Amino acid sequence: MLQIPCPWCGPREDAEFDFGGEADIQRPADPDALDDAAWADYLFMRVNRRGVQREQWVHTAGCRRWFVVERDTVTNEILQASTMGRRP
Amino acid sequence: MSQPYRLPRGGRIDRGAPLQFTFDGRTIHGYQGDTLASALLANGAALIGRSFKYHRPRGIVAAGAEDPNAFVQLGRGARAAPNRLATVTPAAHGMQVRSVNAWPSLDYDVMSLLGLAAPFIPAGFYYKTLMWPRRLWPLYERVLRRAAGLGRAPSGPDPDRYDYVHARCDVLVVGAGPAGLAAARAAARRGARVILADEQPQPGGSLLASAERVDGVPGHAWAAAAAADLAASPRVTVLPDTTVFGLYQSNLALMVERRREQPGDAAGTERGARTWRVTPRRIVLASGAHERPLLCANNDLPGVMLASATAAYLHRYAAAPGSRAVFFTTNDTAYRAALDLAEAGVPVAAIADVRADPDGRLPAEARARGIQVLAAAAVRRVLGRRRVAAVELCSLDGSPRGVVECDLLGLAGGFAPALHLHAQAGGRTDWDPALAAFVPRRSNGVHPAGGAAGALGTAAALRQGAQAGASAAAAAGFTADAAPAPPGGGPELPSAQDAPDLGFQPYWVPPNALGRVKPQFVDLHEDVTLDDLRLTLREGFEAVEHVKRYTTLGMGPDQGKLANPLATGVLAELQGLHPAAVGAPRYRPAYTPVALGALAGRSVGALSDPLRATPMQAWHQAAGARFESVGQWRRPLAYPQRGETVHDAAARECLAVRRRVGLLDSSTLGKIEVNGPDAGEFLERVYVNTWKRLPPGRCRYGLMLGEDGMILDDGVTARLDERRYLTFTSTSGAAEVLAWLERWLQTEWPELRVYLTSVSEHWACLALAGPRSRETLAAAGTDIALDRQAFPHMTFRAGRVAGVRARVFRISFSGELSYEINVPADQALHVWETLLECGRPFGIAPYGTEAMHVLRAEKGYVIVGQETDGSVTPLDVGLRRMLSRRKDFLGKRSLSRPALLRADRKQLVGLRSDDPAQVVPEGAPLVDAPSRRRPLPMRGHVTSSYHSPALGRAIALALVSGGRASLGERLYAAAPDDRWIPVRSCLPIFYDPTGARLHV
Repeated sequence: MLQIPCPWCGPREDAEFDFGGEADIQRPADPDALDDAAWADYLFMRVNRRGVQREQWVHTAGCRRWFVVERDTVTNEILQASTMGRRP
Repeated sequence: MSQPYRLPRGGRIDRGAPLQFTFDGRTIHGYQGDTLASALLANGAALIGRSFKYHRPRGIVAAGAEDPNAFVQLGRGARAAPNRLATVTPAAHGMQVRSVNAWPSLDYDVMSLLGLAAPFIPAGFYYKTLMWPRRLWPLYERVLRRAAGLGRAPSGPDPDRYDYVHARCDVLVVGAGPAGLAAARAAARRGARVILADEQPQPGGSLLASAERVDGVPGHAWAAAAAADLAASPRVTVLPDTTVFGLYQSNLALMVERRREQPGDAAGTERGARTWRVTPRRIVLASGAHERPLLCANNDLPGVMLASATAAYLHRYAAAPGSRAVFFTTNDTAYRAALDLAEAGVPVAAIADVRADPDGRLPAEARARGIQVLAAAAVRRVLGRRRVAAVELCSLDGSPRGVVECDLLGLAGGFAPALHLHAQAGGRTDWDPALAAFVPRRSNGVHPAGGAAGALGTAAALRQGAQAGASAAAAAGFTADAAPAPPGGGPELPSAQDAPDLGFQPYWVPPNALGRVKPQFVDLHEDVTLDDLRLTLREGFEAVEHVKRYTTLGMGPDQGKLANPLATGVLAELQGLHPAAVGAPRYRPAYTPVALGALAGRSVGALSDPLRATPMQAWHQAAGARFESVGQWRRPLAYPQRGETVHDAAARECLAVRRRVGLLDSSTLGKIEVNGPDAGEFLERVYVNTWKRLPPGRCRYGLMLGEDGMILDDGVTARLDERRYLTFTSTSGAAEVLAWLERWLQTEWPELRVYLTSVSEHWACLALAGPRSRETLAAAGTDIALDRQAFPHMTFRAGRVAGVRARVFRISFSGELSYEINVPADQALHVWETLLECGRPFGIAPYGTEAMHVLRAEKGYVIVGQETDGSVTPLDVGLRRMLSRRKDFLGKRSLSRPALLRADRKQLVGLRSDDPAQVVPEGAPLVDAPSRRRPLPMRGHVTSSYHSPALGRAIALALVSGGRASLGERLYAAAPDDRWIPVRSCLPIFYDPTGARLHV
């Protein structure tokens, strides 16, 4: 089990959350300006970092807010959780 | 009563409370306080089971959870419990206990002939022998499963009750031995909330099995008093009979608390258990240590036991594990057991010590008592058929030292910490050279203490326990000053005896000089021998995890508690490596077998999944509806009348809607209110079509795509007013769509002033459909003008229906004139009943989902999840005209990716079978021409298929490669019984292609 510190509700069990994958992927402002390769990169390609990774989580069984978690993928240690909108 | 091996006095048993149970039909006598194992030993029953692979006779090896042999079957019928460990199961009056792996009986087991075949059942046997020919594997498996039975499953649903407890505490102490008790006291005194869990019915751990004194009183008495003091504190929860069986990340501990027998319980009464889910801030691991066995030939015969276990049976249960003992040891601890046994009147014939010069205090005492001590000696072989009869001793250089008659051999191979929980949670370990064992490294969550930390002896355990308890409490935020009121009397550090120095000398693989006598078992449960390990290494499986998987070492229900620590040393010696380089196989939950019922808790039967009900659920039930599961809903499939099949009923209901009027409960549809000044802009971004210009009061069918261009959901959205829309989603997509919309709002477009509210449960939805629905609605009473001009197709009106506030949508999923009437859920049943009553003159019929499916298929309306499967675009289903060219929307860019524009993509078409009566099976593959060739290229598959009562013929929808460009082509649908059904493709609309019936 993982304890995830929801920025709104405090630490809760991982069963209350859903994982949303890599954080900080911005939807292109003008998708038509992208060629197929660049669009496919936005659509499909995700990093799977060994070490600290920024990822999106949502507190599905709680406040239903999305937020960003910094997690070490090796130790599963969660270094930080922050509300949406603050990009590094 | 005949308990020939029961000692006349002593033990933690209640001689005033005798009891009886049966073992394989034979009556066993015991006392309250006995385990099944101790009672069996007291009755002289050495043989307790047959081994897993070779069906060799096996006896009791240990006095605790580490025993690899003592698995028995309890009870009968639905209460049958396989895999119960006799060494930790309290004996109770009237129990029915059976041995496992024996057929036809324990004494005469047919399968033991397998032992003769042992040379032909080597390591990796399963992988090597039984894989070919492959088609015989089901037969092999059946025979193997019978031969390798581990007891029998219950014959019916478990009648016992199980429950979950969710708890938090500051410090969880695992084990109520001296270390655990001291830790719990230290932590509680500092103000921490403590849970103290122990698998035994009584606290004390190792103190129960020795004659040691603590604070001047017998150890067990001190433990009982200490536990009682702790239990009296409001901050401490003491849980006996509770096994911590799993430890996970973030300190999640799972424990099962067995229900203690209550006064007045009848034999075979409800048992059950509670499963605790605890997340403490810190854990003190005081789970003790397990003694290691030693290798010699036939080291699996009943009567071969851990030296520590012989003392445990003696002190705790007053049961003599034999009548004449020999010990085989690598250290001083065996001498204590030998002296205790001799003191109790069980003669000790010899002690074979591998050390050249055992000269400690205890060996001296043993010699003084007249016990023969052989230095630099080992047991070469155990002799006997169904139990130990004698042992063959020799010097380490191979010279014989005689054959000594005995019926008990105590093995003392040193101690290994029980670090299973620590390892389960991913904790690291270090090699302790003095112990020749892995000890847990202290980590953020876990504080090991006592035997679990490699400390031997009560004094060291008490010291370490007190330290660990204090440091765990401090780490959880509790320091000494914080809590003035100490629970538990007595000093924080009670006085006790220090253990003698072990003087341990490793003895893993018997020296070659002893000859390779066989068989020497490393893992008794899995029947893995020393030769198996040699062979495995020769075949190249060297990593300890490979050895484990190839031989099944440590994979039994005992989890290799005795085998793994021994195997590490053996594998290291065989490979000439340091044991730390070999490592230990990873332990996995559960520490001891857990009943499936305990894991399920209350989540069985009706409670396994919540059931969602519409306001009309009871009405449907009373009307005799047949139901289908749609997610957590149970929707009426059809309402069969007397003598009707579901199929008949659905056909009748279809015709009622086409010719007269029908009423459908569609309350399960998802409903989301999209509210705010930017609601229109938001909908434009998530739907393929436009919304901002939709006037209030009008409805529009919308299509939602994933960013990959695939259809995600569909449904009608109505504009309630200037800044408020109501979006209908599919029944199954309701939660997913809300989550999807929320995600975009929160993560990508936080600047949009939009709020989403699910109103699915607030509004019931009654779909009144058919040419006479207008008259029916009018008859039910409404203040809404219903004529065609005032209330046209694809609009909505608010008003009252049957006296109830309502939103009425003129939208249709059947192709008929239709009103979807939304009313507050608590008044829906009244409206439903009024509509049916008022519709009677017009021939109204309630209809179910089967008729709904047929009606929409006649019109070619897709169902997301039936015609689509996450790989279907709007272009594929012919909805290109819906796509807005003027704006961007989610998934739009993907629709111009080359792969989604290919002409050979599967596209939605209709199918007519040549024989109008022939309904093709749903899911049937479609091919150009029947052929025996395999693989036969598929053109597509049937997604929906029904008999259409309105058309009097079979109709189907299908996804066919390049299907839109070649309408009218001949295809064949494969039916399961090797038949080919000829069909012809057509436009996917069968009924009222112009939509004239919608606009009446």
